[in-house]
Amino acid sequence: MQPNPDHSDDALRQRHAAILRPARGLGFILPGLLAGLLVYGLWHLGFSFTKFIIGIANLGSFVVLMFPPSWGDAQSLLRYVNALGETVAIAFLGTLLAAIIAFPLGFVAARNTTVSNVLRLISRRSFDTLRGADMLIWALIWVNVVGLGPFAGVLAIMSSDIGSFGKLFSEAIEATDKRAQEGVLASGGSHVMGIRFGIIPQVLPVLISQVLYYFESNTRSATIIGIVGAGGIGLTLSEQIRTLEWQTVCFLIILILLTVTAIDFLSTRLRRLIAGQQTSAI
Amino acid sequence: MIVATMSTSDPVFAKLKAYEAVIATRRRAFTLGLMVFAVGVLVAGWMSEVDFALFFQNIHKFPTYIGKIFTLDSGDFAGRFVLYDVSSWYWGLSKWLRLLIDTLLIAYVATLLGAIGGFLLSFLAASNLGVTPWLTFIVRRFLEFCRTVPELVFALIFVLAFGLGPMAGVLAIAVHTLGALGKQFYEVLENIDQKPVEGLVASGGSWTKTMRFAALPQVTSNFFSYGLLRFEINVRGASIMGFVGAGGIGQDLIEAIRKFYYPDVSAILVLIIITVTTIDLVTERIRHHFISGNR
Repeated sequence: MQPNPDHSDDALRQRHAAILRPARGLGFILPGLLAGLLVYGLWHLGFSFTKFIIGIANLGSFVVLMFPPSWGDAQSLLRYVNALGETVAIAFLGTLLAAIIAFPLGFVAARNTTVSNVLRLISRRSFDTLRGADMLIWALIWVNVVGLGPFAGVLAIMSSDIGSFGKLFSEAIEATDKRAQEGVLASGGSHVMGIRFGIIPQVLPVLISQVLYYFESNTRSATIIGIVGAGGIGLTLSEQIRTLEWQTVCFLIILILLTVTAIDFLSTRLRRLIAGQQTSAI
Repeated sequence: MIVATMSTSDPVFAKLKAYEAVIATRRRAFTLGLMVFAVGVLVAGWMSEVDFALFFQNIHKFPTYIGKIFTLDSGDFAGRFVLYDVSSWYWGLSKWLRLLIDTLLIAYVATLLGAIGGFLLSFLAASNLGVTPWLTFIVRRFLEFCRTVPELVFALIFVLAFGLGPMAGVLAIAVHTLGALGKQFYEVLENIDQKPVEGLVASGGSWTKTMRFAALPQVTSNFFSYGLLRFEINVRGASIMGFVGAGGIGQDLIEAIRKFYYPDVSAILVLIIITVTTIDLVTERIRHHFISGNR
């Protein structure tokens, strides 16, 4: 039986020429440019096929050496668990401090609550600067100031998150419904009362949920902050990788994965709880 | 309280009483939560060795440090603010610019490689496109692994496997990007309109054709937007890959910090911050353009 000519690809192309025409113009140039830059980048960065194959083979042998995962003796296990607790503590305190400091700054940087436009602009640019340097760079700087140890990690997370929170908080404040604040002002409330009773109740659940979200992501960051000496499990992990103790490395990675998953689960639950309260209140 | 001045026979009284009871339970829950929270803060403070006495003793070092990195330490203007002699502040500009370009290329190549991988895997990870559930399950766990292990840990391991240099950095960021974008992509795919998919399946289209003509047109703008956002994040990530020897400007930065080449620290930091902020602004513009242009 002959196939129905109407269903052949050519016929389809003819009927829907507009959709099925080969790419032309920008649709053709853009992918070309992207691919060209990719090839140039691979060449520029010294990629080579042989290096890749050798690397994959090495990686394979590392993975084989990783099993079964092991934590050595009881004493080092205790050390690892302690380091892990330190990691979570760093993330928790860093996020909390950043939130406390960024909260008033958010009002300064928001268009509808700012004291002066100059201050608003200055705070915005400061947030950008704080966010511009990676958390690990902050960790290095704080290690120079307060010395090696987890406290430097707390301050590093705080520094870079003040920038993120300041931006997010001010955006949340700008997105509030004006009417509540106007109502407070119209019934004789002061400017501060307008913010306290008109804006804060609207933004608080949003802010808390953002803070929780950052706590999640900071737990991940805190696991590596130790690589530059700012406390947490990162120091132990990088030591074990550098001394090629693959079984311990595997155990530590599993430990990190479990912790991060547990924190994710907890914070997602809490965020849902807060979001649920929010909708039931309305 | 109003209740105290009211007679018990008043019908409003019962309602007020009930209201106060509700408020009281809410207050109790709040106090309890606050107590748990306070204990958490204390434990965390103890675990991370927070010592405020030490902190206030050393806090003056922070402005001092910032001051030091913005002070020239050699040349005619030694001991003065860096802007007095920009050419000696940026003595290594050509080297740093080269490293900065390396950093941007690391971020770009890694984002694109990760995005391609995430794109291909996301179709297998979405639960609404007719892929066998066990395959979806495996792909999702794989993506989860890729994005949960920090990229710097991958970088540490890859440096040993692939040798020092940008290749290890690119692959580390690419693996992390694969996990992160793969998840965002499959979540977008799960929210598409199912009707075009059903239409193509019903008219006998193969799986690849269904994906190409029913699913893909609905998600491209979102995918681009997420990809650009990830590029932004990856530029930051690439700037620190050099800390573990995986290429980019981080190598020079950590060396300057560790060896106390103060003005170099500020010079490199300013370069990184300007680059990151510019890229943020540009990609934000493009993303807004994508989102508004496709509606």
